Amino acid sequence: MKPFTYLKPHDIEAAIPAGTPPGTKYLGGGTNLVDLMREGIEQPDHLVDITGLHLDGIEELPDGSLRIGAAVRNSTLAAHPKVRKGYRVLSEALLSGASGQLRNMATVGGNLLQRTRCPYFYSDAAACNKRQPGSGCDALDGFNRSCAVLGVSDSCIAAHPSDMCVALSALDAVVHVQGPGGTREIPLTELHRLPGDTPNIENTLEAGELVTAVVLPPPLSARSTYRKVRDRASYAFALASVAAALEIEDDKVTRIRLALGGVGTKPWRAYEAERLLLGGPADEQAYRRAAEAELAAATVRAGNAFKVTLAEATIVAVLRDLSKAGAGS
Amino acid sequence: MTEIQIKLNGSVERIDVDPWVSLLDLLRETLKITGPKKGCDQGACGACTVLADGRRINACLALAVAYDGSEITTIEGVSHPIQEAFIHRDGFQCGYCTPGQICSALGMLGEYQAGMPSAVTEAGEVPAGKPSPEEIRERMSGNLCRCGAYNGIIMAIQDVAGTENR
Repeated sequence: MKPFTYLKPHDIEAAIPAGTPPGTKYLGGGTNLVDLMREGIEQPDHLVDITGLHLDGIEELPDGSLRIGAAVRNSTLAAHPKVRKGYRVLSEALLSGASGQLRNMATVGGNLLQRTRCPYFYSDAAACNKRQPGSGCDALDGFNRSCAVLGVSDSCIAAHPSDMCVALSALDAVVHVQGPGGTREIPLTELHRLPGDTPNIENTLEAGELVTAVVLPPPLSARSTYRKVRDRASYAFALASVAAALEIEDDKVTRIRLALGGVGTKPWRAYEAERLLLGGPADEQAYRRAAEAELAAATVRAGNAFKVTLAEATIVAVLRDLSKAGAGS
Repeated sequence: MTEIQIKLNGSVERIDVDPWVSLLDLLRETLKITGPKKGCDQGACGACTVLADGRRINACLALAVAYDGSEITTIEGVSHPIQEAFIHRDGFQCGYCTPGQICSALGMLGEYQAGMPSAVTEAGEVPAGKPSPEEIRERMSGNLCRCGAYNGIIMAIQDVAGTENR
């Protein structure tokens, strides 16, 4: 690993100036960043450890929303009583990701900013516009079974790896950041960028900006769930995943939230499917039509065309299960 | 170099460490604590699992400097009926993954007792009593055993679940 300096400040006012110069990275649990540094994909000169900044609290705010500190560990968040009760989709998404050990280490902020597991991004023998801008993309005509079908460009088809972000997208979470210019709030759905011509620029954070918290609006009355389809039953990235919340009254969909993982270059909020479902019949035919409409925008490659069928079927299955479970009652 | 202090298996250690040294390398190379194994060195196999302040972690992805002030337990610091149970249940063949398996199992049982749900926990509520084989399989998925001793490992863990706190 390339040598670097390490600093663990105790307040945000000290962390941000330290974290702003080029070549500096904030360190959370290290489960992704340390791995990338060992592989030489990330080569920071300075690390600023954010786990001493007292960002590890989870608190309910007066308006009923939930503020989650950026340094909260994934396992702590998944087990928190308010998350299990009011935001089940989030607890389930977190528990479907990684392993027990990794969830104990990984932070919320780090999970938001984790990078793709596209095999070409990880191999410096390969062309990858995300790792080496302008070098090309070997995934386009290579082993692209794990790659994305939504939000792709000619430069990059790497899938976004996070489960947590898919649930946060469905929940309309808001990311709170603090940087040299002060604080601001970014809707989760606007934190990650589509690859376009610059897949190396993955989010809308500016230099030195530190994620301090994620705020969830008050719990939905609708029941929510997360389903992940993968090559083995545990400890694998999603081929396709669905985060959904559904409320039904008089056989009509009165509330719907739908987001997809494993198929998008960013956590994929399924706005088109939501638009078609809201106010319409709560039946399988409508679910299928909405799923197909969302996936109509897919661009597939030789190895990942199956993801369209898989994502559609998973959307339908999840909505069917939520309907049966007495959504809206 | 930064001086850090850890409590390793009950004894206090003060060590100078470069920031890029992993906790696993510090344990194995500097402190000669070789129970934790370097299987994959990328958080995929779990052979390096240790307990940090009672929580199981992958020591290969932990920068040692970030664990200043922590209490670290490796297999060398474990004395627990689970070790006998692994023998009785044939919970290993070559034994390479076993230190990680046992540290992970102890951390996992603590999580279970504390009521932390897993991906297979019905309705997110952990039932009282021993974890089911299905729960153990899910919760131990971060520890690979290339000999395939999984059934023995699961039986060994079930044998000791709930018998004592760490």
